[in-house]
Amino acid sequence: MEGKDYRKLRRRIIGLTLCFSLIPLFALGFSIYYQFHTSYTAKIMENLRTMVENRRDAIDLFFDERISQLNTLAYTHTLDQLRDEQYLERIFTLIQSRSRSFVDLGVIDQDGEHVAYVGPYNLRGVNYKNEDWFQSVMFRGVHISDVFTGFRKYPHFIIAVARREGNRVWILRATIDTEIFEAMVKAAQVGKKGDAFVLNKYNVLQTTPRFGGELLGKVVHPDYATVAGTRAEEMKIDGDTVLVASTWLRNKEWLLVVKEDPREELMPIFRARGMMIGLALAGVLVIVLGTVIVAKAMTEQMIRADREKAILDSNLIQSSKMAALGKLAAGIAHEVNNPLAVIKEKAGWIRDLLTEEDIAGSKNFREFEDAIKKIEFHVERARKVTHRLLGFARRMEPVQETVDMNRLLDETAGFLDNEARFRNISIVREFADELPMVKSDSSQLQQVFLNILENAIDAVGRDGEIRIRTELGDKGKEVLVTIADTGPGIPKEMLGKIFDPFFTTKSVGNGTGMGLAISYGIVDKLGGRIAVESEEGKGAAFTVCLPVG
Amino acid sequence: MEPFRVLVVDDEEDFLETLVNRLKRRQVDTVGVDSGAAALDLLGREEFDVVILDVMMPAMDGIETLKRIKDLRPFTEVIMLTGHGSVESGIQGMRHGAFDYIMKPAEIDDLLVKIREAYERIRLHKERG
Repeated sequence: MEGKDYRKLRRRIIGLTLCFSLIPLFALGFSIYYQFHTSYTAKIMENLRTMVENRRDAIDLFFDERISQLNTLAYTHTLDQLRDEQYLERIFTLIQSRSRSFVDLGVIDQDGEHVAYVGPYNLRGVNYKNEDWFQSVMFRGVHISDVFTGFRKYPHFIIAVARREGNRVWILRATIDTEIFEAMVKAAQVGKKGDAFVLNKYNVLQTTPRFGGELLGKVVHPDYATVAGTRAEEMKIDGDTVLVASTWLRNKEWLLVVKEDPREELMPIFRARGMMIGLALAGVLVIVLGTVIVAKAMTEQMIRADREKAILDSNLIQSSKMAALGKLAAGIAHEVNNPLAVIKEKAGWIRDLLTEEDIAGSKNFREFEDAIKKIEFHVERARKVTHRLLGFARRMEPVQETVDMNRLLDETAGFLDNEARFRNISIVREFADELPMVKSDSSQLQQVFLNILENAIDAVGRDGEIRIRTELGDKGKEVLVTIADTGPGIPKEMLGKIFDPFFTTKSVGNGTGMGLAISYGIVDKLGGRIAVESEEGKGAAFTVCLPVG
Repeated sequence: MEPFRVLVVDDEEDFLETLVNRLKRRQVDTVGVDSGAAALDLLGREEFDVVILDVMMPAMDGIETLKRIKDLRPFTEVIMLTGHGSVESGIQGMRHGAFDYIMKPAEIDDLLVKIREAYERIRLHKERG
């Protein structure tokens, strides 16, 4: 597998893991939040509805009391009694001492003439015959007006009751202190952003709202007046979300509206949401971090396993290749060996016959003898090849003996010292002190090192250096022998083949190509490994690792 | 004429014929047969001092033949002729009572030396009775 594939795999592991861990997390978070939000909002709305209804009842009670106060007054007196302004004044003062809801009090006869008046304005003699409220009270007996400026040029509203006395009707009319009424409405205001006001059925404000709008101003949006009964809902007004509850008063077609800022009311939800988001983010962070770490560890483990497997595979391939080649070599050697033996015997036979006198005298005797000599020479050459082949294929158990590697190498190099000196090649020995004894087969090892050293001398040719180094490897479990030369090195494409039988770079007749193959077989059988490192132009280094025990 | 008789056993006829001729030329009374069975048959009728025995033969191989020869004629010495290159088969032969082994293709003179050594041993045995 290539690095790109590992990255892809890692991304896939991360993606899948995140998918499977984040989706439930988000689903859980959202559903809990949604449930909480729904039930909390419902509760808030319920509270708001209850509050607006309570407030409405209070206001209606206020109106009921005012109406019954006026009714009581009207029905316990005659028009003539109340026409007396001094008497009226006494009664008004009495009422004022209990409650300051009324600003003034007036008596109007059936012609609309203001016949008696107590209060801060001079309204006596004003005729109301053409006013809407006059018609209404004459017709219905009770009337509560919308807020209007009227004759006094000041916003107010009135409550009027009519009394039929004999064959005439007269009206008792009182002005309500708008401040007291507004205070009552405003009692429903909550928090810093809460608002409460009253509208008539034409969306005209009957009290001053806290925000946006003034008394007698018309509210264009939203159209509150379309509401029937009591309603509580969330609304968007000028881009802001507000909670609005509204209900109609019983005594008058007025709509009580209470607004609340959801940001204040829903604070716990927002707090919960904030906490939720924080927790979710922390959770996501932990999951992502964990996933990345786990995926990284997994792919690294995989890379390691794959690399080990590749090494194992290549070792396995090499050793099975060697085994197959061994069998092949043995087969060839046997098949070639028998004809060789026959040729040799036949040649020997001819040589025997040549000793007979009459042939010795023939003119071609020398040619015969020469030919026989050549045949024997080449049979010998072929025999060496088959014997080496068989040596390579040999399945002989190695001898177990204690080998001092430094001494063995010194001795082996000693065989070649003369040759090296002749070619001006120095053999440098870098032996580690206190190298443990190795349990191995010294003569076979000697063959291996001799092979490598001969190759090294051949590779260097003239004027160079061969370095033999011994060291302890793998925490003292292995002895490493490195033989490095300053030769031309081995081209990359040949590195994989140098241990194959018959692989040689030497000219025909100068090498069988068996040396390194045999060496490989020997080292393998001794439980070690042989490796080569080389770069063209930088020499070659053969390392033989042998187990100590 | 050499004082000993030699029997050569090898399935490769050309080799057998030539080796027998060459030994005869060197004053050795030699007979050649091409199988283990033939060798045993002949040994049952005639006496030989030394047997040159090829290890690799079809039907009855060298080691098997060697065992039977030793059963039949305990005092006959056997030299194994091995094409194996490996010492294994030679050593195996010696474990079963062969006198020595020699690798194919062999020098006739080396072979002759080994035959003489083998005969020397037979002579010593006979002298001791």
